[in-house]
Amino acid sequence: MTQGGMDNVHFPHRHLLGIEGLSPEEISILLDRSESYVEQNRRADKTTRILHGRTVINLFFEESTRTRTSFELAAKRLGGDLINMAVATSSVKKGETLIDTAMTLNAMHPDVLVVRHPDSGAVQLLSEKVNCAVINGGDGSHEHPTQALLDALTIRRRLGRLSGLLVAICGDILHSRVARSNIHLLNTMGARVRLIAPKTLIPFEVERMGVEVFHDMAAGIKDCDIVMMLRLQQERMAGNFLPSIREYFHFFGLDYEKLANAKPDALIMHPGPMNRGVEIDTEVADDVGRSVIREQVEMGVAVRMAVLELLTDNLDRGRTAVPKATAPANNKPKKKKVRR
Amino acid sequence: MSPRKGKSAVRTAYVNARLLDPASRLDDMGGVLIDGETIADFGPHLAKERGRGLPKDSRVVDCQSKCLAPGLVDMRMEIGDLGAAVRAAVSGGVTSMVCLPNTHPVIDDMSVVEFVARRARKQGLAKVYPYGAITKGLKGQELAELGLLAEAGAVAFTDGTSAVADAQVMRRALSYASTFGLMIVQHPEEPSLAANGAMNAGETATRLALVGIPTEAEVIMIERDLRLAALTGGRLHIAHLSTDAGIEAMRQAKKRGLNVSCDTAPPYFALNENAVGDYRTFAKLSPPLRAEDDRKAVVEGLRDGTIDAIASDHTPRDEESKRLPFAQAAPGGIGLNTLLAVSLELYHNGHLGLLDVLRLVTSAPAGLLGLRAGRLEKGAPADLVLFDPDAAWKVDADRLIGKAKNSPFDGRPVQGRVLMTVVDGRPVYRPQA
Repeated sequence: MTQGGMDNVHFPHRHLLGIEGLSPEEISILLDRSESYVEQNRRADKTTRILHGRTVINLFFEESTRTRTSFELAAKRLGGDLINMAVATSSVKKGETLIDTAMTLNAMHPDVLVVRHPDSGAVQLLSEKVNCAVINGGDGSHEHPTQALLDALTIRRRLGRLSGLLVAICGDILHSRVARSNIHLLNTMGARVRLIAPKTLIPFEVERMGVEVFHDMAAGIKDCDIVMMLRLQQERMAGNFLPSIREYFHFFGLDYEKLANAKPDALIMHPGPMNRGVEIDTEVADDVGRSVIREQVEMGVAVRMAVLELLTDNLDRGRTAVPKATAPANNKPKKKKVRR
Repeated sequence: MSPRKGKSAVRTAYVNARLLDPASRLDDMGGVLIDGETIADFGPHLAKERGRGLPKDSRVVDCQSKCLAPGLVDMRMEIGDLGAAVRAAVSGGVTSMVCLPNTHPVIDDMSVVEFVARRARKQGLAKVYPYGAITKGLKGQELAELGLLAEAGAVAFTDGTSAVADAQVMRRALSYASTFGLMIVQHPEEPSLAANGAMNAGETATRLALVGIPTEAEVIMIERDLRLAALTGGRLHIAHLSTDAGIEAMRQAKKRGLNVSCDTAPPYFALNENAVGDYRTFAKLSPPLRAEDDRKAVVEGLRDGTIDAIASDHTPRDEESKRLPFAQAAPGGIGLNTLLAVSLELYHNGHLGLLDVLRLVTSAPAGLLGLRAGRLEKGAPADLVLFDPDAAWKVDADRLIGKAKNSPFDGRPVQGRVLMTVVDGRPVYRPQA
């Protein structure tokens, strides 16, 4: 977590496709750089010219408000040009069509593509076909790297460290890209991760990702420094992952009674948007002493500014100086098993 | 009929009994001292009326060397008329039973669990514990609120006489239930193979020109579910095994160390498809009575421990639903009244020891369902049965206690008669002279 000497710092990847495979140093570079933007964002004059002349395209194949807006603000505060391309999910098919879209955009010479796609792995596929930097804005249930970074930044600013912390991630782990990115990041940075959910929402063999699994909220939360709640998507009822909202909240919704098992000063996090009364009690969500949910949103802009800056820096270094590879993780063949 | 409580309760000693406790393998002359609703003491030291362990003020009941054992625990029965069911139960020595959720309304909601339990308690006879539904409305599609139902008192989960047919639903049910350590009980019958079936597929079905249900319907479902149990780590129990192949599948699964269990019901070790005879609808059951080889396999499964328990499968049906052409008649037979007597055939025929038979209808099912019942234990509710294992009688469906008469054992000579049933320290049944 070195501060200073920023101008010489460089993030050795062309894209940010995921957290998996990043080293602790690389994550620290991103967090340290983000830190400096937190202050900038609190000033009256928030704009710099770091991205001057750069074109960033938000390419969202899936609905999003906060991530899209956050990237938009980040690019604009750095003085870049940003275009929002909301691609109606229904008109886009997989495979060739996605690649065709990439080729078309590539011909317009953007500098950065921020891509969100409902299919796991789609952002990586697209990144292989373009010359610009690609930031994963969330691919299926796979990764959402900037969310994990903003979560880490929030924690680090509040507790001063990541290493040694006990973090509980609760809820629909199975379908959550936020959970996967956070598991990678927290494990890499030396925190301990617990997952808490009914068994139907725990991915197959997830223990192999270096986490402890709990099916009892009180036991899972016990002694945790951080309680990270995930959004429960209502359509999970239809797939028989759960019987009802009522039962889910009773056993897995965060209320003060369950929270009492965590450390007295444990922080409550949520990537948003929240379902009050489903995964989190409304009073807990609004508890200013415990809940850092709004702070997470603030950190989001700073993190995305840092990522945009560091990736466009690399474009300047010339194609030869930067390894053509994407983040190492994304080159590894992966076991794609999502069961249960 | 409210039980006497508190200090005024009289202590009662049942002495001079052949005391049988399958859980502790106790088989000795002895007695049981009951204080109010619970067992205060038991053992060989209480065998004699003037024994040293007996308080002076206790009332004494001489058991005349007959067998005194924990009351029977029936792990599966359909409730029908509740009052009739609990009377039938105690006449058969059953003091605790678990009812299927196919009541009206279905037990897929917390309020129904509480309602059934409360109504049963009011009767003050046999205790009724409910199964909760696996799926809403027993439709096999959406999971019921297993966690909340368990908190309300459901002891395990089943869709009763319909199998959970959809493999994904069953997988999720096993997986979700294991979140809370709950047991899923499956009716082992692949519905598409049993559709329109009236009896076991075989020569008898062919001669009677009835649509047969092949034994494969059972083993296919069992093998599928065993794999889903292994996949999910869920706790699976297979109800009323009736086929050689099904039992063999369970035997192998247990050998592999899978945490699964199963039961059968008296018709499947005491009768075979020949009982259908001349279109006798009282012998129309679900699963159907099978071939003689299957019946023998059930006996063997009980003998070698593959089958963990015997349930009555009590299914009361009124005359209107049985007095019909065989194909149209409702399946099911009553079984509470005859559970002990028919099970004792396994003892009289030399297949199992007396304690082993009793274990299958007391501590074994209680253990599977986590009920505090089915064993002699100080401080536990005094639920007992006094019986004569050798007394011979003939099942006469019209004279059985209860409402429904549809016994598949009608006319059968049996050995083993209940002389008294005690629930919470109160004698609640004695046979009419």
